[in-house]
Amino acid sequence: MLPDSLQDRGVALAVEAFDSGAVQGGKFDRGEVTLEIAPARIASVCGYLKYDQKFVRLSSVTAVDRHPAEPRFEVVYHLHSVERKLRVRLKCRLPGGDPVIESVTSVWRAAGWYEREAFDLFGIRFTGHPDLRRIMLPDDWEGHPLRKDYPVTGSRV
Amino acid sequence: MSEGALPPTVTVEMAEEQPASGPRRMVLNMGPQHPSTHGVLRLRLELDGETVVRCQPDIGYLHTGIEKEFEVKTYQQAVTLTDRVDYLAPLSNNLCYCLAVEKLLGLEMPPQAQWMRVMLTELTRLNSHLVWLGTHALDIGAMSVFLYCFREREDILRIFEMFSGQRMMTSYFRIGGLALEPPRGWERRVKDFIDRFPGCVDEYEDLLTNNRIWIGRTRGVGAIPLEDMLDLGVTGPMLRAAGLPMDARKDEPYSSYELFDFAVPTRTESDVYARYQVRVEEMRQSARIVRQALDGMPAGPWKADAPHVVLPDREKMKTQMEALIYHFKIVTEGFRVPEGEVYQTIESPRGELGFYVVSDGSAMPYRVHMRTPSFGNLQATSKMTEGALIADVIASIGSMDFVLGDVDR
Repeated sequence: MLPDSLQDRGVALAVEAFDSGAVQGGKFDRGEVTLEIAPARIASVCGYLKYDQKFVRLSSVTAVDRHPAEPRFEVVYHLHSVERKLRVRLKCRLPGGDPVIESVTSVWRAAGWYEREAFDLFGIRFTGHPDLRRIMLPDDWEGHPLRKDYPVTGSRV
Repeated sequence: MSEGALPPTVTVEMAEEQPASGPRRMVLNMGPQHPSTHGVLRLRLELDGETVVRCQPDIGYLHTGIEKEFEVKTYQQAVTLTDRVDYLAPLSNNLCYCLAVEKLLGLEMPPQAQWMRVMLTELTRLNSHLVWLGTHALDIGAMSVFLYCFREREDILRIFEMFSGQRMMTSYFRIGGLALEPPRGWERRVKDFIDRFPGCVDEYEDLLTNNRIWIGRTRGVGAIPLEDMLDLGVTGPMLRAAGLPMDARKDEPYSSYELFDFAVPTRTESDVYARYQVRVEEMRQSARIVRQALDGMPAGPWKADAPHVVLPDREKMKTQMEALIYHFKIVTEGFRVPEGEVYQTIESPRGELGFYVVSDGSAMPYRVHMRTPSFGNLQATSKMTEGALIADVIASIGSMDFVLGDVDR
């Protein structure tokens, strides 16, 4: 069910009509639409938004660590429709134990590096990604620095 | 070395996948210390003779963990981190970050602060485009353009120094307005520059636009179709050179850009030459914006009326108890930002710059993600260079105008 603040937002209604089980929540806050999508449906919702709702651009994919809360990770997608001059944010919540989500590289090739970055710095795995390896850090690096339980300073002993 | 000994052998790495017949493919590592990469980018090229068969960019050599650093700085302190991301356009980064946090706070900027921000970010665009033009031409072999461009760039850096005390890492925009009052006499300094500048662009064009060597090296090189660019996440002048007039200053105006009269130049060829034409025309348009900002600069306050965010004037602080308390609180513990999340984009010289700022209600950002244009644009390297000659790789990556600090963060 859509929350009240999204009842008059075209994008939210369209996604709800496309797949009513996909939308788990969301909000309209400070002029920005956020939709919470069930992780299993992310690729199909993204495909729908790209091909039927004209969101031709994927601005970025990133993550937020809500440690120690559960579900721990939020994967955040920023979509942009040039033609409609519209942006929408999609969010998927993943558990801390084994954060896995389907890659959206099949929808936008742009997702390639962004997902690699989220994999590198948060340890989130994207299934179906053609080349999922570290991008910023060396291949033999241990840990994922943007996780909240990773220290900001100090050296490994 | 004894007589008859063999010279030290040169080992050549060969590609893993080889064609069934014909010459074998070798691997060439271009970078990380290659002059044309303007930083530390490594391109792993698989070559068939002089033709690039496969190009794999390898980034991360300048990764400094800035996004992690944001999480342990107060909101105002973090402004200084943004300078160091795209170090050729520090004020654009300052602006985007400040706009994002101001959106979270619900702060409205007074007109002078907005116009001053517009004027200085457009000077930043000129600064950035001048460095790009100078170094891009240098890569392709036109030495003198570099000297011309850096002559004007020096004037812009002096203007920045006059405003902020710093030539490059300005941090001049702060959450809630500007860092300092605009200095006395800034109008004359900016006017001197902007009166002269269009003539300087003519000079650059005299050197390059009809230059046969320049045209030979750039026309038809590095072209990508528009659909691929959108799919790969390319933004900015590269996208506009492919024919799409996408510009956040027009599409999603911020900081009162809607009040300025300027055009968004586009081309359709999508090659290195078209990108050159787009950026040169952008310099002329930016100069127009600076001129309009200079002529119409509104009077009034240059920081927002928000005592819990903006530091009080020195005099107020010395005479009013309340101002002193605010000052103490802001300096020692920062200010709290209401819970929420925003994604703010601006048109940086390189394309769409976006700051995704998440607040948990405390005085430090919970998470900051920078959607930097260089990172998005660089993904198109493989598409742009595969099938081309190795000499054209230099021209192609030069036309992308990336900054490695912006890529790696």
